[in-house]
Amino acid sequence: MKKVITGDHAVAIGAKLSRVDVVPAFPITPQTLIIEHIADFVNDGEMDAKFLTMESEHSVMSAAAAAEAAGARVFTATSSQGLAFMHEMVYATAPLRLPVVMANANRTLGGPPGIWCEYNDSMGVRDSGWLQVYVEDNQEALDMVIQAYRIAEDNRVLLPVMPCLDGFVLTHTVEPVEIPEQDDVDSFLPPYEPDVMLDPARPAMIGAFMPAEYIMELRRQSAGAMESAKEVINEINDNFAKRFGRDYGGLIDTYRMDDAEAALVTMGTVTSTSRQVVDELRQDGKKVGLIKLRFFRPFPSEELKNALKDISAIGVVDRSLSFIGGGQAFNETRSALYGLNIPIINHLAGLGGRDVTETQIRKMFELTLRAAKGEKVKPVNWHNTRGETV
Amino acid sequence: MRIKDLPDENLFVCGHTACPGCGVALSIRNAIRILGKDTSVYVPASCAVVFGSTYPYGAWKVPFFHTAFENTGACLAGMQAAFEKKGKKVISVGFAGDGGTYDIGLQSMSGAAERNDDVIYICVDNEAYMNTGIQRSGGTPFGAWTTTTPVGSKIQGNRTFKKNLGEIVAAHDIPYYATLSIGHPLDFIKKVEKAKSIKGFRFLHMFTPCVPGWKIDPAKTIAVTKLAVESGMWTLYEVENGEKKITHKPGKMKSVKEYLIMQGRFRHMSPEDIKKLQGWVCRKWNLHYKEKGAPEICEIELPEEHHAVTEEHREMHGP
Repeated sequence: MKKVITGDHAVAIGAKLSRVDVVPAFPITPQTLIIEHIADFVNDGEMDAKFLTMESEHSVMSAAAAAEAAGARVFTATSSQGLAFMHEMVYATAPLRLPVVMANANRTLGGPPGIWCEYNDSMGVRDSGWLQVYVEDNQEALDMVIQAYRIAEDNRVLLPVMPCLDGFVLTHTVEPVEIPEQDDVDSFLPPYEPDVMLDPARPAMIGAFMPAEYIMELRRQSAGAMESAKEVINEINDNFAKRFGRDYGGLIDTYRMDDAEAALVTMGTVTSTSRQVVDELRQDGKKVGLIKLRFFRPFPSEELKNALKDISAIGVVDRSLSFIGGGQAFNETRSALYGLNIPIINHLAGLGGRDVTETQIRKMFELTLRAAKGEKVKPVNWHNTRGETV
Repeated sequence: MRIKDLPDENLFVCGHTACPGCGVALSIRNAIRILGKDTSVYVPASCAVVFGSTYPYGAWKVPFFHTAFENTGACLAGMQAAFEKKGKKVISVGFAGDGGTYDIGLQSMSGAAERNDDVIYICVDNEAYMNTGIQRSGGTPFGAWTTTTPVGSKIQGNRTFKKNLGEIVAAHDIPYYATLSIGHPLDFIKKVEKAKSIKGFRFLHMFTPCVPGWKIDPAKTIAVTKLAVESGMWTLYEVENGEKKITHKPGKMKSVKEYLIMQGRFRHMSPEDIKKLQGWVCRKWNLHYKEKGAPEICEIELPEEHHAVTEEHREMHGP
């Protein structure tokens, strides 16, 4: 069945279809619609979950971790300041191997205060041990919530997953979304049955104080699980594609990369606009392609390397800034491609929620194509920014 | 349940690394014994995490969970929601310190109380941040030395009075709030049993001396606790569905000086400060016991030369 719904609504339906047990919630724009929809589902008897109205995001992630430790499938959602406020608990959840799924509606993290899309909220927890997937449209938002549970709860992974969707651009924008049938989701996603949990019949300590003699091995295990997640993500992507007919490509997705000379690496909704521009430029005979960086954790270094090894220049679009020069996606992509000796430049755009238009993306391709021809191009380019020329 | 009826099986077993005479360890051991094995425990950052659950050792024979400092109320809520959803009959119980309850964990506790989550919140109150090395909390009494309220040449000890947490908790209109003391085991058992039998948010506030933090003789933990009640520094009462009841009234009020003199943390107190504290205790005594006139002891002018530190005390604890 197709429904015309917002991204937040799609995420809420994804949680409902995943038959989550516990939903601790706290409002924050632009995520709030998610928890409102879930509250409606629960109060209308459409969803059999414990809905907990917590008093802060810190308590949301605390309750989420505790419920997960006690054997429940947990869902919640947050954004920006809320994610920052629960920062401590985000870090607590992953090493305890509690596969919580939390949607993050990407929003600028103040100051100055703002509510529109920027990635500086979720980028701040990229090293917390959570998996992060950035979705492009409302359909992908729904589908990735369901896939997220399969990935998170896989014994090879057992790490929390954060599906990230662009604030307002997706959260508050309606699109037609195919709603999977409950039976199909049930056969795709089995009930959550953890091996270790808080159970008086088999008492365990989860979160014991850990001295230096042990903690390094634990970190190594988390790193191993994150590495294993790559295989799991691709496997589950294929499995999902077979069952539901929607293939997202796994860790990354590629668009018109055959014989491409210059490529953009994009995340989230900028990808859709870029696809459009690629089509237009291809019509003009320009050999351009597109890489959609879906998962930021685990970071698909090998996949990017394979997809980009024959390219002449790469432009990476970032919607947030790292003070090492340029954005996080740029720096990590450059690091992944170390040794390939391909010019790689950064396009900063859409920070604070400023629109990223076709005009800007055309400019990004133009600069990247110039770099492909061996011209000297600035490594970091601020698009559509007062006082900056690109 | 009488003392001799207490189950022999300990669910918080020996081998933990708490200090000799630790009031927290005693409280935990006895509370869990009464609550029984169908219990799941949350402990926020505190001594109890370190002495009871440092990997790879654990003193808990019930499930144990720990993540952070300020989230006991929220973790209990999440844990309990999972048990309810899964149809499991488990008591979710938290053991948070005074810092984790009066201060950094107040908001999370208030959330759980206000939602009337079906959990037991136990505050083990040793009147300072002991795990980090004796820093002042909202539960620290007037005059007490801590490392953040040192005895300086200008300012001596803690200048504020202990926060009235009981009123704050009870104001959430919860089914049960009670204060407990390990020096009064019959009262202790009764209250834990009562909490176990009630549904909704139950708060057990336990007075738990800290040997190094209070600078007391490890053999005197129980004696100090008893004196706290007899002097009015701690009051044994309960609030059940809004109705307050004193559960143990000491015969005759003892001077606060008698209480202070046993503890190194108060040994610097000036006669003026002791008088000030005695006045606070007397007001509290009257409020709790609904006595009209001031207790006899409050009428007595404290001698100018009064000092809480005896020579014997100095010898025991150094200058």
